[in-house]
Amino acid sequence: MSERKIRVLVAKPGLDGHDRGAKVVARALRDAGMEVIYTGLRQTPEMIAEAALQEDVDVVGISILSGAHMALVPRILELLQANRQAGVKVFIGGIIPDEDVPRLKALGVTGIYGPGASTDTIVSEIRTALESGAAPRP
Amino acid sequence: MSLAASVLEGDTLAISRLLTEVENDSPTGRHALDELFAHTGKAHLVGVTGAPGTGKSSLVNRLALHTRQRKSPAPARVAIVAVDPSSPFSGGAVLGDRVRMRDLAGDRGVFIRSMATRGSLGGLARATAAMTQVFDAAGFELVLIETVGAGQAEVDIARLAHTTLVVEAPGFGDDIQAIKAGILEIADILVVNKADLPGAENSERALRGMLDLAHPGKRTFQHHGQVMHAGGEADENPETWIPPILRTVATEGTGVPALVEAITAHGAHLRQSGEWGRRERLRLEAEIEALLSAALMEDLHHRVTDARYAAVLDQVAQRAISPQEAVQGFLRQTKARR
Repeated sequence: MSERKIRVLVAKPGLDGHDRGAKVVARALRDAGMEVIYTGLRQTPEMIAEAALQEDVDVVGISILSGAHMALVPRILELLQANRQAGVKVFIGGIIPDEDVPRLKALGVTGIYGPGASTDTIVSEIRTALESGAAPRP
Repeated sequence: MSLAASVLEGDTLAISRLLTEVENDSPTGRHALDELFAHTGKAHLVGVTGAPGTGKSSLVNRLALHTRQRKSPAPARVAIVAVDPSSPFSGGAVLGDRVRMRDLAGDRGVFIRSMATRGSLGGLARATAAMTQVFDAAGFELVLIETVGAGQAEVDIARLAHTTLVVEAPGFGDDIQAIKAGILEIADILVVNKADLPGAENSERALRGMLDLAHPGKRTFQHHGQVMHAGGEADENPETWIPPILRTVATEGTGVPALVEAITAHGAHLRQSGEWGRRERLRLEAEIEALLSAALMEDLHHRVTDARYAAVLDQVAQRAISPQEAVQGFLRQTKARR
């Protein structure tokens, strides 16, 4: 019997075409033993929620550099909820102004990482988040 | 409602959760598979294999898209199982096949699931067969199974799929590659993808040469521009399926309708010739064998303590006994304890 693997969707919503950061994080999560589903550029919130549902992920990691996070993230959270996946932990990486951080956390985002964040921190915070409040599985 | 019952109703979240349970080989997953098994056996399982970078994911995307958009027969519901390798070091994986399948987003008649090999070497993961059963039971009529980028010996897909597509691309080896044993032998349909690139002609010729050796007679060939017939057609069994060679450009969709037709024709051929039932039987046999050996191994490890196992390993390492003798010893011990 194999142990349960942590499955993570790494997604890039919106129109910015810079996915180096998302790929670096995907690679780091892979090296930490997680299974990372990478979906490529220019995903709509609907595409992200659909992939999260079909792939039964524990975590959705969203990379946004365009500044559209206050439009995109609430929509993604809403769709996850509508799909009965409210237990999925959402993490954001990218350029997020300080004043938006508490607002996003209040909406239910678990972790937010800006430029220079270490991948080790991201890995360990994902693990901690899943241990403390594992996605409820009815 | 049980997980299996929700899957039969087509609940996407239930299907997705069950796929995870099945992939993790959990008791919940095993139990649900038992319940669902009677509802399987209806789907056409189509394998897509070939070297890395030949365009398998793009082709799967187009095959699904064409199947969903066609007018007649009515569009089938399509499930896609896309397998990518796990890291042998960390056990992690980056599963990237969805990147090429974005055209399918938003269609509720398509379900894409990525899976990692988790240590399996034959081009599929251990749970791939079981996952196709979940889709089959949930009413997906076409299940496309994309293997890892396969080299020469990853041929497990032929045992799982009814129809196996082997995808080549120009520049992937000469006619010596084409006569080697292995992956080309398992093809029911050969696809030369990226056919707009130079060299497509050569790839097709090498494959055709290989087929001519395998099926002498019943072939026509071109000699100095003239269509010639060779061999007597009488010695060729009319029930023999000769793999067609089809050219596609997956990124543009060129050649995809003909490929879907060939897949359908192969399915019909299997049913008419009775080969469908034979393949089904072989597949189930392979599945039972795999489950049986896993169960026997588990049983053995329950009966032999870790300390005893380590002690025997030490003896082998010191060349006191051979690996063969070690195995015989374990078997005697488990028999004695029964």
